[in-house]
Amino acid sequence: MTKNTIKMAALLLVSTALVAGCGQKKVDSLPPAAEGTDYGQAPTDPNAMGAGQITPGSQEDFLQQVGQYGDRILFETDRFNVDAEDQAILQRQAQWLAQYPGTRITVEGHADERGTRDYNLALGERRANSAKNFLVSIGVDASRIRTVSYGKERPSALGSDEQAWAQNRRAVTVTVR
Amino acid sequence: MSLFAISRKLTTFLLLLLGAQAAMAQTQPPASDEPELVEFDTAKTRSIAVPALVAPAPVDTPAGNSAALGRQIAEVISSNLRASGVFETQGPNGLRAIGLPEVTAPQFGYWKARPVEQLVQGFVRVGGDGNLTVGCYLYDVGFGTETTRLGFNVPPRDWRRAAHKCADAIYSRLTGELPFFDSRIAYIAESGPKNKRIKRLAIMDSDGANHRFITNGQSTALTPRFSPNYKSILYLSYVDGNPRIYVYDIDTGRQRLITQTNSPTFAPRWSPDGQTILYSMAVSGNTDVYKISASGNGTPVKLTSSPGIDVGGSFSPDGRQIVFESDRSGSQQIYVMNADGSNQRRISFGGGRYATPEWSPRADLIAFTRIAGDFRVGTMRPDGSGERLLTNSWQDEAPTWAPNGRVIQFFRTAKGSGKTGIWQVDLTGSKERQLPTPVDGSDPAWGPVLP
Repeated sequence: MTKNTIKMAALLLVSTALVAGCGQKKVDSLPPAAEGTDYGQAPTDPNAMGAGQITPGSQEDFLQQVGQYGDRILFETDRFNVDAEDQAILQRQAQWLAQYPGTRITVEGHADERGTRDYNLALGERRANSAKNFLVSIGVDASRIRTVSYGKERPSALGSDEQAWAQNRRAVTVTVR
Repeated sequence: MSLFAISRKLTTFLLLLLGAQAAMAQTQPPASDEPELVEFDTAKTRSIAVPALVAPAPVDTPAGNSAALGRQIAEVISSNLRASGVFETQGPNGLRAIGLPEVTAPQFGYWKARPVEQLVQGFVRVGGDGNLTVGCYLYDVGFGTETTRLGFNVPPRDWRRAAHKCADAIYSRLTGELPFFDSRIAYIAESGPKNKRIKRLAIMDSDGANHRFITNGQSTALTPRFSPNYKSILYLSYVDGNPRIYVYDIDTGRQRLITQTNSPTFAPRWSPDGQTILYSMAVSGNTDVYKISASGNGTPVKLTSSPGIDVGGSFSPDGRQIVFESDRSGSQQIYVMNADGSNQRRISFGGGRYATPEWSPRADLIAFTRIAGDFRVGTMRPDGSGERLLTNSWQDEAPTWAPNGRVIQFFRTAKGSGKTGIWQVDLTGSKERQLPTPVDGSDPAWGPVLP
């Protein structure tokens, strides 16, 4: 889906206008589609997608159910707060986790390349913990969640520009067998 | 064969020390608002000729024929002195061979006509025990006098250390600075694409020679630090899937966690005496600086407690203070505290973010990464004054000091490709060069002069 693409584009547009250190990445100019109340669209309809090929409770199932980019939340530079849009994504993850109480997850925290190495390790850990703390606050057992920080070591987008960095400042939920 | 057994076998003896009327470096008084910098009288000391060392009665050694070693030692001396940024060197290529009698009786007239200001000559002899005796002589061509002479006994495989010792003696004699060539560097060797980077712990001599990979790259390795006695290396490894600091023992190849914890530990540093390990640990997302005994059986002591990221750190040479990085003000800045965590105070106020502070072994300066758009390496005094930026590239990061506090290494990342390389720069920022490494390199950590 395009929600995150739109979010990134919007972030790109507004990022230059925002004062550095601003804690609110949600702005009025974001398109309504990013409000996060309409998850679970077509791709997650189990009857329409040949669900027989995907094992329920698996990582593939998780990715299908939470939707494209539904496995991750994004952050602004140096920030680690979970905003309304992130909360909607994490709620969707929690719903899936409620279906498979035996499944554990790792939340991987990442930073973009425009930070020093040690600081980015700390920042990635902070972001992973933010996602974990929210999941716990909505009922996911903390013992099911492990966090790990990769700092700037594992970028998702390879460019050296704001669009790539926005995608790399992330906390990604991965299921563990 | 261990580095340390090797170093014990290197016996240094001073043969003689003659005429002290050599051209010495002159120290320029510091400007009132800038850190003291030594400016060299380049007209007197700049040009040095290094012909091949003479090998009387050449014989084969396990490291090659002694005649070849004489030329190789001269090459290392020449290249060390040139890389210091202080000297221009000639030879051994392009210089005529000298005879043994000439070593102690230079043809000053010939060298004056080259022209050069300084002349390094020497010899390599193979003793009955198979060890090399390397003699090294420095002459002032203008005065026509011997400035200093030194001799070193080394096993053939350590011929490079004899060359470094000779270069160190010449550098110190001519600049008045402490030596630094005979030292080693731990760093991270990088290869592979940006999103699947292979990062291996590696070590090498200060000039890039004697390179050795220590880890095989199956798990990511980061941020190494040589112990002051070179017997072990602190570094971060993801070997069990989590970022944790290990102490790697070079002799045995074994490693252990510095502390048992379920929390990530990173940014390891040694105290100057090697007795204490400084590290950062994140608990529930909040990172603080801790210290623990290097013996492996101590209790961690938490040094910072502000909400946010307190990370890294570097001891002052006397071990009494620690400079570290914190974002407690809202962005990364540099702070100094006493070694027990008391009296924490911010010292960076220049605008932008400041990271990776490293205290100079000379105590006079703190090197850092400044982030204001691009990443640049700079220095400031321990009270935060006298800031000076030394590099200007897209991303220069993580300075580490030469043992004499006069040269800084750092790593440079290329925009887009993410390729990295290890560079060094002098304290004026005017002499910059890349170190040769077999693959890309990052996170350099310079150790002290070898024992």
